[in-house]
Amino acid sequence: MATFHEVSPNAPIGEKALNWVDNRFPLSKLFKEHMSEYYAPKNFNFWYIFGSLSLLVLVIQIVTGIFLVMHYKPDAALAFGSVEYIMRDVPWGWLIRYMHSTGASAFFVVVYLHMFRGLMYGSYRKPRELIWLFGCGIFLALMAEAFMGYLLPWGQMSYWGAQVIVNLFSAIPFVGPDLALLIRGDFVVGDATLNRFFSFHVIAVPLVLLGLVVAHIIALHEVGSNNPDGVEIKASKDANGIPLDGIPFHPYYSVHDVFGVSVFLFVFSAIVFFAPEMGGYFLEYNNFIPADPFQTPLHIAPVWYFTPFYTLLRAVTAEMMYVLMACVLAGAVLAVVKIKMPALFKGLIVGGAVVIIAMMLTIDAKFWGVVAMGGGVVILFFLPWLDNSQVKSIRYRPTWHKYLYAAFVINFFVIGYLGTQPVSVIAGRIAQLGTLFYFGFFLLMPWWSRLGTFKEVPSRVNFTAH
Amino acid sequence: MSESVVPSDLSDPSKRTWLIASGCAGAAGGLAAVVPFVSSFQPSEKAKAAGAAVEADISALKPGEKMTVEWRGKPVWIVRRTPEMLAALPKLNSQLVDPDSTRKPNDQAPAYARNATRSIKPEIAVLVGICTHLGCSPSEKFKTGAQPSLPDDWQGGFFCPCHGSTFDLAGRVYKNKPAPDNLEVPPHMYLSDTKLLIGDDKKA
Repeated sequence: MATFHEVSPNAPIGEKALNWVDNRFPLSKLFKEHMSEYYAPKNFNFWYIFGSLSLLVLVIQIVTGIFLVMHYKPDAALAFGSVEYIMRDVPWGWLIRYMHSTGASAFFVVVYLHMFRGLMYGSYRKPRELIWLFGCGIFLALMAEAFMGYLLPWGQMSYWGAQVIVNLFSAIPFVGPDLALLIRGDFVVGDATLNRFFSFHVIAVPLVLLGLVVAHIIALHEVGSNNPDGVEIKASKDANGIPLDGIPFHPYYSVHDVFGVSVFLFVFSAIVFFAPEMGGYFLEYNNFIPADPFQTPLHIAPVWYFTPFYTLLRAVTAEMMYVLMACVLAGAVLAVVKIKMPALFKGLIVGGAVVIIAMMLTIDAKFWGVVAMGGGVVILFFLPWLDNSQVKSIRYRPTWHKYLYAAFVINFFVIGYLGTQPVSVIAGRIAQLGTLFYFGFFLLMPWWSRLGTFKEVPSRVNFTAH
Repeated sequence: MSESVVPSDLSDPSKRTWLIASGCAGAAGGLAAVVPFVSSFQPSEKAKAAGAAVEADISALKPGEKMTVEWRGKPVWIVRRTPEMLAALPKLNSQLVDPDSTRKPNDQAPAYARNATRSIKPEIAVLVGICTHLGCSPSEKFKTGAQPSLPDDWQGGFFCPCHGSTFDLAGRVYKNKPAPDNLEVPPHMYLSDTKLLIGDDKKA
């Protein structure tokens, strides 16, 4: 414990009050550590705004959510009506609800951009692996939160979306059907399901989310932020131990973030007021029809932020399984022929490949579709160990790496778009190619990320005052 | 545990034994507390009781038409197939995953419905209207011939809007579609010529 600190009896009342608190709670210390003496690189560009923005959206979702719960009824017979009641009869209820529904999409927009920033500048590389892992945990919790929240309006898309996703679990061999029953609490999605999803959506997952956000920020402030040059600013410090390329978060970046928040709110308000449904992408038209367990809408698609992963699910058909088996075989052969390792490991790889192919032959493609969808998210967790490039930042990587990243982004948009569309033969083939590219990008990264001529990384960050 | 920082003359082994024992007892109790919480996720007694058999009157069902009844919260379809529809069934066998209902036979149909038409009476099909892929309810596509999302030589059947699985008029799934199995035939029996009991086949 720090020694008790006295201030002059003539000090202003504010200083006395702060001193009183500081002797009992580390208020000034926390402010210094995380704001006024947290040194962030001075060369941040606009990509560095999305972390603060996701925190803002989290606050918007929590506040609007608290107010929605005051009027919403988690009951299969009343839920749809209570949402319409909020929209029509609760004073300003429509605004609170549109802020919450637009906030969900905004959350994924800023989080996807935030993740892409990490990908470009290698922000997940040593020593920031845990920041990335906590971040992936946040992404996963966010997906659970969005999925369960989407059931609550009890419209047609709510109902059938939940039916499909819960049934994904039933594809797991042996335990699947019982697991799906345990999640639903009934033989089909019903009142029991709605009630438990409500509980998860309003309390369980938000608590996990908040814990992960705190862990994410504590880990970040422990190692310090990366920057667009991927240079460690802590490597060059002045006589006081302050990084030469660092500037205090407050006031420099707090002001920068207030500006970013303002611009974000222009856009956010424009959507809330003028296009809350966003042409059926943020709020799907079929969800304005009450849930009907006997009638699946003619075209069902998840909300836009899930569609890339939904395409991975749909791409795995019985034919695609043969392609995937060939990939496993090719991977095992390459590993055995190309990589130097003891015979025992080679044996294990061959054995593993044989087992996987045997499982691929015996278990339905349906299960592997679920594996592909889950794997599409889980593979992100491994990024710190998949990337073997000499440099962190895209700025100092071979130029063709930039094209590869561009192709990845385009592919992500293409599979995202296909996930919103009905199935057709051509779209199915494109989706399968897109799926192979998506996984190829990550699984072959240990190999391709080392190739090419890397540029010289400077010892200090690039920065021109403006 | 091996490296104790407490000098041996200051440590009290019997106290440690009790600390470990009570810690283990607490952990066991904590683990046991998981059981009631996880069990509460299971369907309630009320949900289980809702699985009673339902009766359906098919006297008004015309050839080529479908009616839907609710059983265990699921849609059950009853289709009166026309002679043309029945004639098309055997021709499709080569395009189907499991034309003879041999995959997971006990799950997909009772023994009396594991025949060429998957039904007790050839013209009446009784099917659970839930796709075996991920539980959507397929829509009826009884019109034959080319149409969007379906092959040009379509013989009539069901199309699942979620992931494009197709089924023929006996609920048999086509090859190279995401759904692995034929539509389920629920246990059912005829109480009279025009009355069906769905969900039970042992009475009488």
